[in-house]
Parts: sequence; structure tokens; C-alpha cells
Amino acid sequence: MKKLAKQIIFYSALLGVWALLAKLRIWPPYLFPPPWGVGHALWDGFADHSFWIGIAVTMKRMLIGYSLSVVLGMILGLAVSSNKFLEETLGGLLVSLQSLPSICWIPLAVLWFGLTEKAILFVVLMGSLLSVTIAMEDGRKQMPKIYGMAGRNLGASGFRLFWFVLLPASLPFVVNGMKQGWAFAWRSLIQAEMIFLSLGLGQLLMMGRDLSDMSQVMAVMILIVILGYMVDGLIFRTMERRLQEKYGLMPA
Amino acid sequence: MSTSPQNAYPSAVPVGRRTGVRANVFYGKPASSVTTFPGRPVSEVVVPKVALDAISLSYKTTSGERLLALDNISLEVKPGEFLCIVGPSGCGKSTLLHLIAGLQPQTSGKVLVDGAPVSGPGTDRILIFQELGLFPWLTVGGNVEFGMKMKNVHKAEREEKVQYYLRLVHLLKFRDSYIHQLSGGMRQRVALARALATEPDVLLMDEPFAALDAQTRDLLHDELERLWAETGRTIIFVTHNVREAVRLGDRVALMTFRPGRVKQEFSVNLPRPRHIEHTDVARTARNILDCLRDEINKSLEEEYADEKAR
Repeated sequence: MKKLAKQIIFYSALLGVWALLAKLRIWPPYLFPPPWGVGHALWDGFADHSFWIGIAVTMKRMLIGYSLSVVLGMILGLAVSSNKFLEETLGGLLVSLQSLPSICWIPLAVLWFGLTEKAILFVVLMGSLLSVTIAMEDGRKQMPKIYGMAGRNLGASGFRLFWFVLLPASLPFVVNGMKQGWAFAWRSLIQAEMIFLSLGLGQLLMMGRDLSDMSQVMAVMILIVILGYMVDGLIFRTMERRLQEKYGLMPA
Repeated sequence: MSTSPQNAYPSAVPVGRRTGVRANVFYGKPASSVTTFPGRPVSEVVVPKVALDAISLSYKTTSGERLLALDNISLEVKPGEFLCIVGPSGCGKSTLLHLIAGLQPQTSGKVLVDGAPVSGPGTDRILIFQELGLFPWLTVGGNVEFGMKMKNVHKAEREEKVQYYLRLVHLLKFRDSYIHQLSGGMRQRVALARALATEPDVLLMDEPFAALDAQTRDLLHDELERLWAETGRTIIFVTHNVREAVRLGDRVALMTFRPGRVKQEFSVNLPRPRHIEHTDVARTARNILDCLRDEINKSLEEEYADEKAR
């Protein structure tokens, strides 16, 4: 309750300062719109459905791209963590590739796939695949060895050992990497959309720029922040907390 | 009121070989100690339940030299016997259990169970690890059920046995709790129930009570003795605590420090149930301890030498 009160005071103050600065007209309104101007843009955006469509298109790409990278990343991570040769070769390459900002994949994606949906998915995939892979690999390594031994001891082997023991045992270590993968995917997608101009929130942002409509630019930025926070803060953090409680990694 | 565990399964017949409540017939197979021919003494007929035949294990250390961890160990364990293995820390007694469990291959020699060589893990030998290795993502019931699930035991039968074994260790009320909600002694009993539910012929226990307070440990000694008597399992119990070994074992094997060898075996012929504070237990333990002391000194000397070298 106290925390909520603090937050309300903080955000009101922030809006107040913003409104005050806009009122003082230090900068022209088309460069520094007042809060109500941005509010208006938000309202208009939702009223003419353009924001709804943008959100739907972006979230759909996100889900497809991210799901793909989770599945591929888990397979790749498992392969790397369970094979010494792959770990010493492919493992190093993956870590070094992670230093490549995902926007650098855009020229390659455009040349391979053209300005298509596939190219966008490729960029999203490359953005998050590596962090999911590395998270899975680390998870397998951090996971206490005792669980694998206990599982084999109790008669589990092969796929059942993986599914019933190794996977659940590594979950708390993997979930953090999955969260990071989501954050990378989210950033890559918005970046890609800004360049490809094919619906989505990224395009709405660029459209605002082209029309010199600063209110729309800020409205879309706020949308991106809220959406990103909702997934990260609500879905992933809840999942992480629940896992930690259940596994006794943290006082319940 | 619920019936006592023995009465829950009428097939459990008290025989009174060791204690008044020993039951030969249990879930599944009868304990092999009863497969004797009329009129012949047990010892002539029985094939050892577990036999170690000249087991050696060596491995390469990080500095590249070969270290002999276990050296030519031969041991026989009779069906239904309670064998305790004691030795200083680092003598390879835990490793020995891993070999019997089939979780790790030996360098040379053979592990035989019922006369057949072991080539990997099997649910006829269940190891209770020192760290237990209970699965935190499963409930107490889920943990106990796990081994049966891997053996494809039918759902209804699993249900029934989870109930049975949890009642046996007095944890039925905690069936739906998660592991981190339990105390150390309770976790210990879950591990015991999980191992028993898989219905192994041989129970391997690796210093299972080392981390517990003395009161809890004494209680669990009583319970383990009772369960052993009721289920007729063969138990190989590793500990560094000589009194514990004398309290529990039919026989105590003493291991040497690096390389691990069996230095001497002692039969413990004290009446059961025993108590860890009893003078007979203490006296027997002292005899073994005198023998063990040289080995402990050797292990300490080596540790100090390592420190000086650093």
C-alpha cells in the first residue's frame, strides 16, 4: 500500500513537471507536446484501430519468433551442454555471436528474404535464440548433478530422464535466460519493424516521425514500454517467483 | 484408527529371526533368506546378495598423475544382512556405493548381484545419497511414486504403495507437501520411503544421518532397524561414525585410507534392538575405533602435508 502511494506521488509529479514544461513553451509544442496532447494521440490511435492492429501484429510476430527461438534454443543448448566437442567449438561461437547487436542481422535478412515477414522473424529469432541457448546450457551446468544421478538410480533413462528429471531440475536456472531472451526478442522486433515498415508498433513510431507528429511518437513509445513491462514484470516475474517458492530457493 | 503397517498387508508373516516382527513375505518377491531347503542351514544354500570381486578404481587427477582410490576390494553380503562400512573421510566408501549402484564403472573387478555382474543402474539396488537428491519440483508423494512410475507400475498400485510406504515412515500427512517445507529428519524419511517404494533387494545408504542432530538420528536408527526387520532388505550402510555402525550392523567392514582397502571385518553379535549409548555397543565400537585410528591419523597427516605444501 505504501509502495503504491509512493508510486502514485512519483508519477503525478512526473506528469506535473512535464505539463509545466509544456505550458512554459520553452520548446514549440510540435517538438515537446503536453501530456494531454499525447493522451489525445493515444485515444485517437485506439479509436481508429491503428494501435490495436499495431499491437496485434507485433504480438503475433513476437509469439511466433519467440516460441521458435525457445524450442530451437533449448535443443541447441542441450546439444552443446551434453557434448564436449560441440561445447568447445559451437559453444564459443555462440558466445561470440551474442556480442552482435541483433539489428546487424537486418541487412542479411533483407538480402536473403526480401522485405517480408520471414525477414522480420529471422531477426527476432537471431535476437533471442542465442540467449535462450546459452541460458539452457548454463542451466544444465548449474543444475546440481545429484538429480541426474538420483533419477538414473531410480530407473529413469534416455528421454524420460530428460523429461522427468533434467528438464524440471534445470528450470529455475533456465527461466532467467528465457526472460532475457524475451527482452532481446522484443527489442529486435521493434527495431526490425522500424526499418521494414510493415504494420506493427515499430512502423507506427516511424509514421509519427514522418508526419512530424511528436504526440504519436510518444504515445507509441509509451505503448511499447507498457507492453514490454507487462510481459516481463507480470508473466515472467510471477513465473520465476512461483518456481523459486516451489523449489525452496527463496523463503515462500 | 488406521491399522498398523504390518497388519495393512496380511501377507506379512512375523518370523522372529532377528526381532519379533521380522516379516519374510513382502511386496513382490519373498526375501531370499527364506528360499532354503528344509533341514539345511541357511549359510550353505545362499548365494551372496552382493559380491564385490577384486574391485579397483583409479582415476587421473588434474595434475595428470593416476590415483588409486579403491584397491582390490572383495566383500560378500548375505541376503537380508545389514553391513556397515566405516572408514576415514576420503577412503572411497561413497564411491564404493556408487559402483554397486552402477552409477559409475570400476577400473577392474566385478560387482555381482545374485551372482550376475552389474553393468549399470538398476532398481534392484537403490542408493540413498548423502545429499538425498529428493526432487524439489515434486511433492512428497510424487517423490515416493517416482521410481514406480519409471518401472511402469500401474497407477492404482502406485497410489496404494505411496500410501503404504508413507505410513511406514509416518509421513502420510505430508503427502502433498514440497520437500523444502520439511525438516531434515523428515526429508531423510522421505528418501527412505522413496527408496523402499521402488522395492529394491538391496538398499545402499551413504552417510544418510550425518547431517542430523543426535536425537533425530537416534529415532531414525530405531526406525531403520524396524523397517529392515519388516522388509527383509539387504542393507549396505556407509558411515564414518563407528558407534552408528555397531548400533545398526550385523557386520562392520573397516576401510583404509588411500588407497581404499578392506582392512578388517567385525561381526557384531549383540542382541537387537540395540541402543547407541549401551555399554556393549560402546565397547565394541572402541575395539573397531582402535583399529580405525591409524587410518584417521594417516588421512589427517596427508591433509596437513597438503596444507604445508601450499
